[in-house]
Amino acid sequence: MTFLNDAWNWLNHAAHWHGSGGIPMRILQHLGYSGVVLLIAMVIALPLGVMIGHTGRGTVVVSTLANVGRAIPTLGLLVLLAVFLTFSPLAWIIPLVALAVPPILVNAYEGVAGVDREVRDAARGMGMTGWQRLVKVEVPVAMPLIVLGLRTAAIFVVATVTIIAYIGLGGLGRYIIDGLASYRYGPVAGGALVVIVLALAVQALFVGLSRLLVPAGLREQARHGKTELPT
Amino acid sequence: MTWSWIPANSGEILSLTAKNALLGVVPALIGLAISLPLGIACVRWGWLYPPALSGVNILYALPSLAVFVALQPYFEVETDPPVIIALTVFSLCVLLPSVVDGLRAVPEHVRQSATAMGFGPLRRLTQVEMPLAAPVIIGGLRVATVSSISLASVGQLIGVSSLGYLFIDGYQRAFPTEIYVGITLLIILAAAADLLLVLSRWWLTAWRRGDAGEAGVT
Repeated sequence: MTFLNDAWNWLNHAAHWHGSGGIPMRILQHLGYSGVVLLIAMVIALPLGVMIGHTGRGTVVVSTLANVGRAIPTLGLLVLLAVFLTFSPLAWIIPLVALAVPPILVNAYEGVAGVDREVRDAARGMGMTGWQRLVKVEVPVAMPLIVLGLRTAAIFVVATVTIIAYIGLGGLGRYIIDGLASYRYGPVAGGALVVIVLALAVQALFVGLSRLLVPAGLREQARHGKTELPT
Repeated sequence: MTWSWIPANSGEILSLTAKNALLGVVPALIGLAISLPLGIACVRWGWLYPPALSGVNILYALPSLAVFVALQPYFEVETDPPVIIALTVFSLCVLLPSVVDGLRAVPEHVRQSATAMGFGPLRRLTQVEMPLAAPVIIGGLRVATVSSISLASVGQLIGVSSLGYLFIDGYQRAFPTEIYVGITLLIILAAAADLLLVLSRWWLTAWRRGDAGEAGVT
């Protein structure tokens, strides 16, 4: 078991846990980059996806983004922007935001657009305005998919922040890129193991978050299977 | 943009493109070959699906570069297996849910009709259920193939050649032309693979051609 062995040996050096290049610092950097990117992507994609789902206008944008988004070569975009923008943070922010926007947008759209007709009509029948229906009914009902979109984006971003070390930035990818460049497998394995654990922790965090954000009524429904209206 | 660079290096560009196509398509196909029997098993024995789904969800969260380097010591340096294995796993994560969803979407009355017509379980699966599930499975295959083609370029960081070479080399020489060519070819490759799969869906689902729109599986 070379990978785990080497990773373990490297992680067991106290020196790797201290200072500006230490593991805790690198984890914070990694989460910092990821947080900035996710926040920007959310600000762009959530309102857009929810509004397209609510109004039904602009659905072409969603299907195009869903298809194009996956094909974007993040490494290519990253190095291209790094050549032109050198030290600007936009060089890493743009490709990572481009990676995070499609899953958030598509899921927010599908969640809101997929709200049952009966539910929409009931809200309208209760005298709710368009805005009230959106905020009090459609968004809460769409919450499971909205959180799923955020989770997918977070997973993509935390994973991909690893490669921005290639253009000279920090984060956990630093250990992998530097180790590969100097033919030392210890830091490569150690860095990879830490980033894997971090990715799993972020995923677990979002699974927990969906428990918190999904309205109690929907959770009840999920537990008992979709309730069918008597006809 | 230094256009003259392109014809001067066309041989290498072509071979990198072909290599990238291979690294994208092979994992998607192996992933399909594994997820079909696994998906069928998950539909037949329902209890198998929740743990399998949790498993693929966990695997899907793993950063590709970390998986590449984790597999690296078990193979000869700079050979393809680490990238192919990692991308196969990611493809499997996308494909297993599509196989299961596709098969589960086959209406019960269709299944019963097939049985009533004397179809045994195997014939019903291969001649009725699988064709009806094909559009959903091909949908998953499109995602898996396009992502694999794109992710294969990251394998260049561990020395496995692909169009990613143009990214790395172009970056190190601060030569944008090379990076443009790499990005363009990667997108063309992904679009071409996607188009082929859309065509194969059209070819495989003859019954959907007659009437417009989404007849067939509901």
